[in-house]
Amino acid sequence: MSVRINVLDHVMVPNHQVMSEEEVQNLLRRYDITFDQLPRIYHDDPGVRQVNGKVGDVIRIVRKSQTAGIAEAYRLVVRRPKK
Amino acid sequence: MPSPKRIGKIKFGLLSPKEIRTMSVRKIIWADTYDDDGFPYPQGLMDLALGVIDPGLRCKTCDQKAADCPGHFGHIELAKPVIHVGYTRLIRKLLRVTCRSCGRLLLSPDEIQKVSITAEDELGGDYLTEKDIKKERSCPHCGEQQLKVNFEKPTTFSEVLLEDGKKNEHKLTPADIRARLERIPDSDLRLLGINPEVARPEWTILTVLPVPPVTMRPSIILENGQRSEDDLTHKLVDIIRINQRFKENQDAGAPQLIIEDLWELLQYHVTTYLDNEVAGCPPARHRSGRPLKTLSQRLKGKDGRFRGSLSGKRVNFSARTVISPNPNLSVTEVGVPLSIAVEMTVPVRVTAHNLEEMRALVLRGPERRTLKDPCGANYVIRPDNRRIRLGGENLETIAEALEPGYTVERQLRDGDIVLFNRQPSLHRMSIMAHRIKVMDGKTFRLNPAVCPPYNADFDGDEMNLHVPQTEEARAEAAILVAVQENILSPRFGGPIIGGIHDHISGIFMLTHDLRWFTKSEVLYLLKFFEFDRLPEPGRIEEDGTPRWSNKQVFSMILPDGLNMVFRASSCINCDECRHTDCERDAFVRIIDGQLQTGTVDKKSIGAFDGAILNRIIRQYGMDRASRFIDDLTRLSIRAIMIDGFSFGIDDEDLSKTEYGQIADELVKAKDDVDRRIRIFEEGQLEPMPGRTPEETLEMQIMQVLGKARDRTGEIAGRHLGLGNSAVLMAVSGARGSMLNLTQMAGCIGQQSVRGERIMRGYEERTLPHFRRGDRGADAHGFILHSYKSGLSPTEFFFHAIGGREGLVDTAVRTSQSGYLQRRLINALQDLKVAYDGTVRTTMGRIIQFEYGEDGTDPMKGSFGDPVDVKGLVESIIKEEV
Repeated sequence: MSVRINVLDHVMVPNHQVMSEEEVQNLLRRYDITFDQLPRIYHDDPGVRQVNGKVGDVIRIVRKSQTAGIAEAYRLVVRRPKK
Repeated sequence: MPSPKRIGKIKFGLLSPKEIRTMSVRKIIWADTYDDDGFPYPQGLMDLALGVIDPGLRCKTCDQKAADCPGHFGHIELAKPVIHVGYTRLIRKLLRVTCRSCGRLLLSPDEIQKVSITAEDELGGDYLTEKDIKKERSCPHCGEQQLKVNFEKPTTFSEVLLEDGKKNEHKLTPADIRARLERIPDSDLRLLGINPEVARPEWTILTVLPVPPVTMRPSIILENGQRSEDDLTHKLVDIIRINQRFKENQDAGAPQLIIEDLWELLQYHVTTYLDNEVAGCPPARHRSGRPLKTLSQRLKGKDGRFRGSLSGKRVNFSARTVISPNPNLSVTEVGVPLSIAVEMTVPVRVTAHNLEEMRALVLRGPERRTLKDPCGANYVIRPDNRRIRLGGENLETIAEALEPGYTVERQLRDGDIVLFNRQPSLHRMSIMAHRIKVMDGKTFRLNPAVCPPYNADFDGDEMNLHVPQTEEARAEAAILVAVQENILSPRFGGPIIGGIHDHISGIFMLTHDLRWFTKSEVLYLLKFFEFDRLPEPGRIEEDGTPRWSNKQVFSMILPDGLNMVFRASSCINCDECRHTDCERDAFVRIIDGQLQTGTVDKKSIGAFDGAILNRIIRQYGMDRASRFIDDLTRLSIRAIMIDGFSFGIDDEDLSKTEYGQIADELVKAKDDVDRRIRIFEEGQLEPMPGRTPEETLEMQIMQVLGKARDRTGEIAGRHLGLGNSAVLMAVSGARGSMLNLTQMAGCIGQQSVRGERIMRGYEERTLPHFRRGDRGADAHGFILHSYKSGLSPTEFFFHAIGGREGLVDTAVRTSQSGYLQRRLINALQDLKVAYDGTVRTTMGRIIQFEYGEDGTDPMKGSFGDPVDVKGLVESIIKEEV
């Protein structure tokens, strides 16, 4: 059997976190958006699996950026469609 | 004007036979169109109830004339049902997932629960697919054994029966299929992602065919008076004919074989009527052999309804002609021929304040013979929206009637703002706003410095010009699209407009080393330039006449207080920089707006580089920068004309000694190659790590020959100094490189295909002129002659091989990058940066939470960095860092 590795440990993979209910509400209020206006990420994405994200969760992705220092992005977990 | 309406939603579905019959105004039974008198047959394909196209006739359905009647559908009752080609995949899926006897889904309720748990879920719900159903099973509802359904393009379905080990295919008729689809219950369809209210699956099998209105298939009358019918009409004629014959045979009780043949023929005609490019189906052809353009072909592709007619629009108030250069124009201007200026108009509303001016315009009318004539007007629009064309006798009466509320369409005049464009419009600088200058001649004139953003040259290029028609459009053009607002490219944050070719050669010749000009020479150079007084002369001759240095002349066009220190393109990066004492005068030092040392060349003022230009933009603004470009282009053109500048075949001449040296060098290289080949053939060659001996040899040969070519270039370069035009252009960065010069005067060098020596051709050799197995330099495409000395026949052939590769590469690259660009634009065209800094779609969906992660404008940065720290520090301490 292959060795399970933590993808988040890889240098090229940015940090993923599942956001709490309250954080999500703040996020939606901050940008004045609804759930389906968020960018998406598939439920079987390795990063999402690692942090145990479920469909409907919002994932915070924190990247290092050359120009901005730290850049945050938020993605809604959705099911990967068939095919 | 009626107010625009908002579309709430669009629902897609299938037309049911019932709906087709309801919307039909006439049942069509005759295949003929017009009788001998040219009158449409009733119940024929051109029945008057389907709408009219001939002027004068009235529609039998809506009683309107040709211009107002939108046309009405008819219908054909098909003798037997046929499959709609557009839905064959859906039909195949449905046949495979449902029971052949009871029509239910081939899944038990438990299984459905398991597979379609998310079907109703909003977040990426899924519908059932073929893959969810196991092969070779029996129906969980009625127990019927299922058969494999085969589909053969374009429209044949068959069931596979297993009879004592043998496969036996049994064809399904459209009627059988329709019966099966009818049995599928509504509830099962919902699980498959089909809304049965608008799309029952059996409607994909046609029993009745809608006949489109004549307005969408008009017949045209040829010059000889003959009528020529539309392709769709031709196809409908075929369908009706076969349908008729089918019915007759059916009624007469013809044998099954004939019925089947006719059924298939009807299927073929209906299929090609809908789509004439289906795989596995020969396209229906016109009598001339041209394939017919049927329904699908009208919509598809570049010239189809969507890409050609709906997304692609044609505009008024535009002009197109050849472009030619004029360095005396400002970069913000465009020269427009008088003949275009009198044709194109700008609407001006008449108010109490401009009434007299407008009267004068109207009185002058559309006539304007010479450039000196003031501009006139072509049309007047009255408050009741009537347009009146001005001309000859009506001028005075209309001018008299003019009052606030009228609109005058006046001709173009100097200073009007227009949009100027050259295709392909690959980036936003492909359309920029210029101010008009009306000129003689028949071409658009532009300053050659704006060529780089348009990627234009003057070998016959044409450009388009658009005249904004509203105040808002003109304001937007002046503030956002104007040339001076687009000097910086958002691609890398540097100037994209700047000197090219002759500007760079000229300014290089002007500023290189020290030179002294007399007063009249200085005044000639600065003739265009407005200044109050000449600077103090840099030197007084013994006879007392004042002299100004070339650097003083250039400094005249620099803004006061400019400080810069950098190295020019002619810098060769010596190991130890001698700064201001540079031998090649490549150390540019500008203190307080005075060029102290160094040569101004591509690095300083060229398009894409333009260090001086860049600094002026940051320090003095866009308008000062565009003025600098104007001054620069005029100064450089005059500078190049003082000495003159030309290049001819004798500029490539070398002396006998150089030719001897070059020949020696090439002989030495050839000997070296032969020696290495001998070592290889003796098996003594030590291979490089990871490579075979052959590869090692090839690499060595390429290296040796490459070096030899470079050395011939050096020999030639030693002989040709800055006095040579080609060298001057290469050093200043105006055009060409030292490699080009090497190839002209020294040796062209190795020709290659895919980075390797030329190996293709005959068995073990490239051409019959060489021995088999010859690995020598000349047998594999090394050209030891120069362009000037001329090539030998084998060399010429190899050169053509290498040249062909270059051509193919460019052809492939342009088509591939064009398609890539199209896809990218389609994906990104509606995105915008919202006021909160997020990048969103029109629906408000977020693409980026902060534009580019950092919210910075790439145009405000400096070649990728947020701030040009080095340049700033240098300009303050006035020293190189």
